[in-house]
Amino acid sequence: MSISVTHISKSYKKVKALQDISFEVKPGELFGLIGPDGAGKTTLFRILTTLLIANEGSATVAGFDVVADYKKIRSSVGYMPGKFSLYQDLTVEENLNFFATIFGTTIEENYDLIKDIFVQIEPFKNRRAGKLSGGMKQKLALCCALIHKPKVLFLDEPTTGVDPVSRKEFWDMLKRLQQKDITILVSTPYMDEAALCDRIALIQHGKILEIDTPQSIVKHYPKQIYNVRANNMYQLITSLNDYEHHHSVYPFGEYVHYTDNRTDFNPKDLIQYLESNNLSEVEIAKTVATIEDTFMELAK
Amino acid sequence: MKRFIGFIKKEFYHIFRDRRSLFILFGMPIAQILLFGFAITNEINNVDIAILDHSKDATTKEIINKIASSKYFSIKQMVNREADIASVFKKGQVKAVLNFEKDFSKNLIKEHKATIQIITDATDPNTANTISNYVNAILQKYQKELNKDITMVYQIVPETRMVYNPELKSVYMFVPGVMTIILMLVSAMMTSISITREKELGTMEILLVSPLKPIQVIIGKVFPYIFLSIINAVIIVMLSIFIFKMPVQGSLFLLGLESILFIISALALGILISTISATQQTAMMISLMGLMLPVILLSGFIFPISSMPVPLQVISNIIPAKWFIIIIKGIMLKGVGLQFIWKETLILLGMTVFFMALSVKKYKIRLE
Repeated sequence: MSISVTHISKSYKKVKALQDISFEVKPGELFGLIGPDGAGKTTLFRILTTLLIANEGSATVAGFDVVADYKKIRSSVGYMPGKFSLYQDLTVEENLNFFATIFGTTIEENYDLIKDIFVQIEPFKNRRAGKLSGGMKQKLALCCALIHKPKVLFLDEPTTGVDPVSRKEFWDMLKRLQQKDITILVSTPYMDEAALCDRIALIQHGKILEIDTPQSIVKHYPKQIYNVRANNMYQLITSLNDYEHHHSVYPFGEYVHYTDNRTDFNPKDLIQYLESNNLSEVEIAKTVATIEDTFMELAK
Repeated sequence: MKRFIGFIKKEFYHIFRDRRSLFILFGMPIAQILLFGFAITNEINNVDIAILDHSKDATTKEIINKIASSKYFSIKQMVNREADIASVFKKGQVKAVLNFEKDFSKNLIKEHKATIQIITDATDPNTANTISNYVNAILQKYQKELNKDITMVYQIVPETRMVYNPELKSVYMFVPGVMTIILMLVSAMMTSISITREKELGTMEILLVSPLKPIQVIIGKVFPYIFLSIINAVIIVMLSIFIFKMPVQGSLFLLGLESILFIISALALGILISTISATQQTAMMISLMGLMLPVILLSGFIFPISSMPVPLQVISNIIPAKWFIIIIKGIMLKGVGLQFIWKETLILLGMTVFFMALSVKKYKIRLE
């Protein structure tokens, strides 16, 4: 196993950041930790990158124990913290050179690995890192984390604050890196990115809710979801929440995802109810569950 | 080794790209030494005084002339009434008033005794004291001239000789002190800030998750500042030699070595500060309050240690600056060699090793 976590718990004074976390990541896998801010993702990353020591439980990364063999882990993993953590007063090239040197390698030696990403930031190689756009910064940070050809790559919310186009490019790059036998553990608060991982763990309040492939997580959603739309979104949500048979009501783009707690639910009843609540142009259609729906259901 | 060089290169980029810090680094020593050398001085020159002469006779005129012709005083105004003295002081125009009694000459001849009152503005006690001493000296000299025909039976003649600084230039005292302050400040504050900056910006997190050893990070951080502090020390010594004509009596080589030792001890303190502070602000406050004040107040730079209360004298022993000031005063002013200052050197060396060991030990290999 590339990463193996067994019964890890960690608390800061009174806050329980992680409670009894266990999971495994196979070699070459792209594994996603999906959860809202404050779920404990960063704490878990820091434990695995040997920056913090867990209160209970044990973990190994690339076969090394995170406490006993921390030195070996530090030279064989790549880590990209959630906060942009490169030297802002150094240029793109100087940053990359610096990280290559401290890992005892050179840019040329592992150029292959970063080539796809580096060509995109190469035009700006003499620009100071602090003056790059958000997406460029993340690409540079990824290059710096990859320059020593790590066995395991830890990416803590790499796409937070990045525009949608750059986000997509970033995930394409991760997919390509996976082909080069690098195990990747990535965290994100964006549910749409979860579908791009091989397997995901849904995490909230320091606990893992579920671990599975994105496809089967969605497949196991227990209810039929309906897209509901009407002329007044706000009133629609309040009316649905007041409806006696509602199970869940979540706004989802221009629709509301609605589930009913009856087995013999007939959408026509709902239309009638909504129209009696002064809503017009009511539309109801079946839809498939997304990871977000699953998360909300599990987090209920 | 390659890693280490890469790290040092990065540190130099930081230093040279941060214009403001660079300016502080090299502007401060020059500004300080010039300030202390020219502006802040214990000597008095051309102090404005006023005269209230009730007798206006030959003797008082002669005394007034003697005072006026000395380079220490210039007579700003004559006061006519006793009552005006207070208002002259309040206006702040003069620092002292000399008040000659009525019938000065007559009294001197008839009763062999005449009085002159020296009133000084003691809002600045040091200056007031110096003024009164200088006036006394001039009066005594005059008195001697008057008495030269009479031989006294018993006579004690003090023969004062000021060694090492015969002209009593205060810049001689300030140069070693300022050098100590600058080296302490640059070394300790700059390193502590540069390490805490890595913590604050989150780059420390990446440095930790790398094969760099703590000792490599520490030495890598310290090395550029050793280099810069040496340049600073050279600038200060050059300024004092060429601008203030202060001779360095002892060996420049020994002075250099001792300075490097002190620089390293200050750097070790800087690292120690960075291990206990999480932000640049805290590091700066601790450096300023925890290092600057003791260096200025307790090192014997301005206030003599021997006149401090005993508890403060004891505390002054743990301040590296105290020992360094003894060392460089010895080398610069007395021209002594290592055989006279080996004890101080050894104490400084011991402190340096202690601080270094402590900071390597306290350096956190994890985030908490």
